[in-house]
Amino acid sequence: MIYFDRVTKVYADDSVALDEVSFSVEPGEFISFVGHSGAGKTTLVKMLLAEEKPSSGSVFFESMNVHEVPQARIGELRRKIGTVFQDFRLLPQKTAFENIAFAMEAAGRSEAEIHSDVPHVLELVDLGDKIHNFPGELSGGEQQRVAIARAIVNQPDVIVADEPTGNLDPVNTFEVMQILKKINDLGTTVLLTTHNKGVIDSLRKRVITMDRGKIVRDDKEGKYIL
Amino acid sequence: MTWVTVKRIFRAGFLDFWRNGFVSFASVLMMVFTLFVIGLAIFAGIILDSTLQEFRDKADMSVYFTVDASQERITELQTSVQALPEVEKVQAMTREEALAQFRERHQNDQLTLQALDELGENPLGAVLTIKAKDISQYESISTFLRGQEALTTGEASIIDKINYYDEEHRNALNRLSEITDSAKWIGLVIILIFVVTTVAISFNTLRLAIYSSRDEIHVMRLVGANKNYIRAPFIVEGILYGLIAGVVTLLLFYPLTWWLGRATERFFGGISVFSYYLSNFPFFFVIIVGSGVILGAVASFLAVRRYLQV
Repeated sequence: MIYFDRVTKVYADDSVALDEVSFSVEPGEFISFVGHSGAGKTTLVKMLLAEEKPSSGSVFFESMNVHEVPQARIGELRRKIGTVFQDFRLLPQKTAFENIAFAMEAAGRSEAEIHSDVPHVLELVDLGDKIHNFPGELSGGEQQRVAIARAIVNQPDVIVADEPTGNLDPVNTFEVMQILKKINDLGTTVLLTTHNKGVIDSLRKRVITMDRGKIVRDDKEGKYIL
Repeated sequence: MTWVTVKRIFRAGFLDFWRNGFVSFASVLMMVFTLFVIGLAIFAGIILDSTLQEFRDKADMSVYFTVDASQERITELQTSVQALPEVEKVQAMTREEALAQFRERHQNDQLTLQALDELGENPLGAVLTIKAKDISQYESISTFLRGQEALTTGEASIIDKINYYDEEHRNALNRLSEITDSAKWIGLVIILIFVVTTVAISFNTLRLAIYSSRDEIHVMRLVGANKNYIRAPFIVEGILYGLIAGVVTLLLFYPLTWWLGRATERFFGGISVFSYYLSNFPFFFVIIVGSGVILGAVASFLAVRRYLQV
């Protein structure tokens, strides 16, 4: 369902972020990308979300070439991909409820759907009691769970989690991983980037190891090897 | 766009306005300042214009007839003057009216009134007051009157005296209008600089307000919101700034023009800014509130555009 075809990204100062990267992801897979900082993991995610254009090569998502999608329809593409980031990226002026509702509004869902789905999805990430709190009033782990709730509320085909546990303590890391696994068990494809050895080793899922913009390993039931 | 979308956009705009209280307050304040300057510019223009008009209006021409001039010939002359394209208005005053006016003007001057009574008969002739369309035309009207007189040879002249703004008066008036004209220009340039500056500052204030939301805009894009759906609440917010600032400015002008009105009425002798403000309130409302709304909407539109390119 996701296919990277010899994707290369060279930034203006000749630094190579991605170097002829090719791989494909099947529906329902849980795939992790590991590597040092600067290995190209985040660039990979940005490519998939059409935040950045590749210098050469192409990225396919469900048979559409991501970088040939016209500007006006990029929103449509992004609504099929739920995103979770290391820095949570919640809207600080909106409550937990409104943050999630915003994603649903953007997808053109009705008020009735919003009022039934948002509390439900917050319950799912165990935040039913913080529904009207602002992000500033939540802990890091709670904010990340709101972000996950926002990512899954539109029932996307893929969840992209870019270092979702990077700012969290071990307990919150464990909880976030449990939620991601649960989402994957329910049939959603999950793309995870991380450099947390413990997370990778306990997952026992496919691992792609990257180094300096290249894929150096692709293991079916991988471990964190660098 | 559906009704639900419109409702959401307005709700988001109002919520942002409320929750970013301080930023909203600062933006409104800045905009009040801008609109105030625009309002002052309008008033300055009006005062300068009406003052100059006042000077020009004061110029007219009086034709004094002899005491024994017949009414027929006066009327005849009046009609022919009236027919001139340069003449705007002719006002006739009979001998009796001239006397009544004289008595009224000197009602506190017993000596003069006594002298008048002493005479027994009305010493004043009829008067024609002529207003030309432009002050430069009095010369030619005067020549015309003298010419008319010359045509009726054989009979005694009925015109006693013609008083008007001649070359000398006109030069003085021209100099005055030159001064007011250049004052107007300098004033306009200064005001224009003020307006442009404050508009630029307002623009920048809004840009900064939206700059602080750039991360949010980025996140909204990543969540898959359309550009217009992200932009619209910011424009609603900008319009709200403009509306509030406009109303505040209009309220501020009320006491200001009242105070200025009393001062200027005495000084310029022309219109009172206060009554002008009140009688032209719809005009001021449209200009001030309209400028605020347009400024807010355009500034927001341009500022958001910058951060939407994701």
